[in-house]
Amino acid sequence: MSEETPSPLWEVFIRSKRGLSHNHVGSLHAPDAEMALRNARDVYTRRMEGVSIWVVPSAAITANSPDEKDSFFDPAADKPYRHPTFYSIPKEVQQL
Amino acid sequence: MTLVVAGAAAVYTLRLADDCLVLSHRLAQWSSWAPTLEDDVALTNIALDLLGQARVMYDRTAELDGTGRSEDDYAFMRDEREFVNCLLVEQENGDFATTIVRQLLCSTYQLAEWQALIGSSDEQVAAIAARAVKETAYHRDHATDWTLRLGDGTEESHRRMEDAIAALWPFTAELFESDAVTRDAAAIGVGPDPASLRPEWDAYVTRVLGDATLVVPESAWKPTGGRQGLHTEPFGYMLAEMQHLHRSFPGVTW
Repeated sequence: MSEETPSPLWEVFIRSKRGLSHNHVGSLHAPDAEMALRNARDVYTRRMEGVSIWVVPSAAITANSPDEKDSFFDPAADKPYRHPTFYSIPKEVQQL
Repeated sequence: MTLVVAGAAAVYTLRLADDCLVLSHRLAQWSSWAPTLEDDVALTNIALDLLGQARVMYDRTAELDGTGRSEDDYAFMRDEREFVNCLLVEQENGDFATTIVRQLLCSTYQLAEWQALIGSSDEQVAAIAARAVKETAYHRDHATDWTLRLGDGTEESHRRMEDAIAALWPFTAELFESDAVTRDAAAIGVGPDPASLRPEWDAYVTRVLGDATLVVPESAWKPTGGRQGLHTEPFGYMLAEMQHLHRSFPGVTW
């Protein structure tokens, strides 16, 4: 079955609890979005990891090329003033 | 109200537990063999749900029949004739289509049964049912999704689904049979009369098969006997595999 027509690849995002954002947890194969959601539930939330699941066709993701690493990311390396390190964070703030 | 079967409640819960255990073991046999990793995990998840349901029902049976037997005693120390599961759950996995059709037919029945058991006069059974309903609703969804995709899929998947339905359909009649045990269990409010589950089962299965462009077959052959311990040939082989470790090394744990 899978040898003949491999089903499309999907990226899985899971929100571990309310108030947090969805995080990428991995990918899987499924024939369509609905089955991808079901597979994600079975493969990635067996141990109560999440309250919400997104699946996205891997083909729909545009990624930067590793060749562009220098021009993309290096310019940020020597700009410490972009980090808000001079603010103190209140103890009550658990997630930032 | 005249009850004819001593301990009808215990026999009823034992039948339910055996259905769960045997179907669980059949699904567990897919482990590492499913068509994709995703369905390997899905089928074994369902197997583990069913195993959990079987365990608590064996515990309750041990209290009701007064023997105080352990889950292992029920699962590993009884012979084929002492198992009272229906014939449908013990049928071999076959190809993926066969397993999916068996899942659709079984989980639709089990969901209707657990829903009825939420109102059981046995408080423990009612509590177990309340939890099992959520798990079993997912089992039915899983089987439904695959039935739609395989039935209305390629020529080959459609043909395989038709073959699977033809092979398994005769075994569904037994699910709704009443006998002295079910009548007494219903009379004391422990379990539903199986015939009362039929309309909902018929409606759901007919609708899903129709949506999947599959035809509900007519079958004159209606094999029965599982509830009396008379099983089909593949069951003995399955039990031998399932029980041999425990019987070779009694009490073994790891």
